[in-house]
Amino acid sequence: MSIWVDENSKILIQGITGKQGTFHGTRMIEYETNVVGGVTPGKGGQKLNFSGKEITVYDSMQEAIGKTGANVSVIYVPARFASSAIVEAANAFQENGGGLIVCITEGIPILDMVNAVAKVEKCPDVRLIGPNCPGIITPRENGGCKVGIMPGFIHAKGRIGIVSKSGTLTYEAVAQTMSVGEGQSTCVGIGGDPVNGTGFIDCLRAFEDDSQTEAIVLIGEIGGTAEEEAAEWASKNMSKPIVGFVAGSTAPPGKRMGHAGAIISGGKGTAEEKFAAFERAGIYVARDPSEIGNVLIKALKDVGIK
Amino acid sequence: MNIHEYQAKAIFSGSGVKVVKGIHCTNVDEALNAYDELNSDIVAVKSQIHAGGRGKGVLYDPITNDLIMEGGVKIAFSKEEVRQYASSIIGNKLVTKQTGKEGKIVNNLYIESGCNISHEYYLAVLIDRETKSVLVMGSTEGGVDIEEVAEKTPEAIHKIWADPLEGLANEDVVMFAELLGLEGTSKHEMVEMVNSLYAMFLDKDCSMIEINPLVKSESGEIIALDGKVSFDDSADFRHPWRNDLRDLTEEEEVEIRANKYGLSYVKLDGNIGCLVNGAGLAMASMDVIKLYGSEPANFLDIGGGATRESITAAFEIILEDKNVEGILVNIFGGIIQCDMVANSVIEASKEIGLDVPLVVRFSGTNHVEGTEILNKSDLNVYTATTLAEGAEKIVNLTRRSK
Repeated sequence: MSIWVDENSKILIQGITGKQGTFHGTRMIEYETNVVGGVTPGKGGQKLNFSGKEITVYDSMQEAIGKTGANVSVIYVPARFASSAIVEAANAFQENGGGLIVCITEGIPILDMVNAVAKVEKCPDVRLIGPNCPGIITPRENGGCKVGIMPGFIHAKGRIGIVSKSGTLTYEAVAQTMSVGEGQSTCVGIGGDPVNGTGFIDCLRAFEDDSQTEAIVLIGEIGGTAEEEAAEWASKNMSKPIVGFVAGSTAPPGKRMGHAGAIISGGKGTAEEKFAAFERAGIYVARDPSEIGNVLIKALKDVGIK
Repeated sequence: MNIHEYQAKAIFSGSGVKVVKGIHCTNVDEALNAYDELNSDIVAVKSQIHAGGRGKGVLYDPITNDLIMEGGVKIAFSKEEVRQYASSIIGNKLVTKQTGKEGKIVNNLYIESGCNISHEYYLAVLIDRETKSVLVMGSTEGGVDIEEVAEKTPEAIHKIWADPLEGLANEDVVMFAELLGLEGTSKHEMVEMVNSLYAMFLDKDCSMIEINPLVKSESGEIIALDGKVSFDDSADFRHPWRNDLRDLTEEEEVEIRANKYGLSYVKLDGNIGCLVNGAGLAMASMDVIKLYGSEPANFLDIGGGATRESITAAFEIILEDKNVEGILVNIFGGIIQCDMVANSVIEASKEIGLDVPLVVRFSGTNHVEGTEILNKSDLNVYTATTLAEGAEKIVNLTRRSK
């Protein structure tokens, strides 16, 4: 198993004819991801060649899902159109048996996301990951299902689930698991925006229920209280060990650190509070991302699976 | 993006939020004319800077650092007092709880008619991350530090949430006004105020509106006596008018310049410069430098679209900070290729004559090639395979060079 995406996932790319859609779509196919088509309004009917595979472009998500049976969509649409793309995908999936939307786009207005997330929540069979995230990947023996912008080659199939607010720091966590001989079940980037779809708790719940996943690495960052809530939830609901790191111990208050959501405001959202919540919840804490591998080994040994 | 109180109040006026009459000034003469024009026995002379805590702030001479006046917001009872306060404020440095000790030079004043206050409230509209909706928050304890209120008497704070698709429910707004202890016309005015602010929040793509204090006048009117407004920068494309409200003296020039190159830069107080791809990894790099006993000089995310040009600009920006004694480059190649970064690092250091120790850690796409390029170059550079190793090396190198 794995969570949410696997080799049976049929994937559409929204914004496929754009620079990002073309570049990352090609990388996804090179990783053996089952891309079944793309959507760019007004460019329906075009045939694209991505790394030797012919990809058909459709005008709308409704049409694309109808023709391909897709159940996953990845969005590379520019920020000003991205929330409409999310809503279009959500409605189309809901009418066609449900699906997963992965929005990579960075810089979507917050109120657009407030609105889009509320509309997605009205579609019970639809899940949104992101925005402003690297995506989701389930590695297999050869390639796998890569829905996003992460470098595929750093991953390997294994038993560690990874969930993170950050992009490159997720890759760092992946490399840390590899450095101690562990692969990944699924890696999910939930994104660094203040208002997003899937959160830490959704991912933890899915990893808890996933037979392939035996331990989890959770990477948070300053801002908001999602890490604290996840820790609290995990202490009551998780049987599998979790290793946690939070970026931004040295970030000054009131300054946005790159991500729209990474800001300590009104004295809230500090790394120290989050680390403390992790410790209270029995999460194995790595203070240095280069230590994630070693802490993971300790966690696996403690529960007798190493 | 933040704006000044006088700008916020102009938007309030246009959005149906009641304010008292005020005039924006940039010098003492304008302030005196404003006093005449307002024709009010009492006026408030208010320093305009983006940071809060102005009332309790202290003004200093920007050159000698001599204390000029306590309080950045003053009540004047005569034209002479307006002259005295305005001349003590304009051109001087205001230090508040939020500015840090370097303070802010005050270039703008707001002269506002007096108001007979019967009670002060706190009101804010903001994004609530937990519920993913817009939150209206109010307190009967206005005019004071709301964070203190939240800590000491959380029961004095009342909250209502807007449904993202339906908006604010009328019964919630009425209940909110009642919880603030308002009745009759005042209650009705508060309901209108909250509805107007919520509409403005959506219309202008705000990320926060804070009014502290919001007052009930002796005649029962509900008036915004202060106004702090922040906009969501991601929505700039639909609000070109924002450009006219931008006060560049309130922004860090170097951060604006960095943005032009697609870099996200925040200056800090330490001695180790960092150049990293990705916001999370950039923060983590800072944290690890601290773990190894030094302090980071900056946050710098070069982003996924970095080029030779932007990397050179990044080095220049890091080195403008005279506290920088060494640089750690930490790249986890995904879209970015480490060999491209290696070549850019070599060129940039030649171009700008890099004279502080440099440690480069590459991982991910083409990291072997990148490290080889650096090792073969005649550049005085140390390489590392992990972030911890890189941080330890740069910390030790900067200690040794002292």
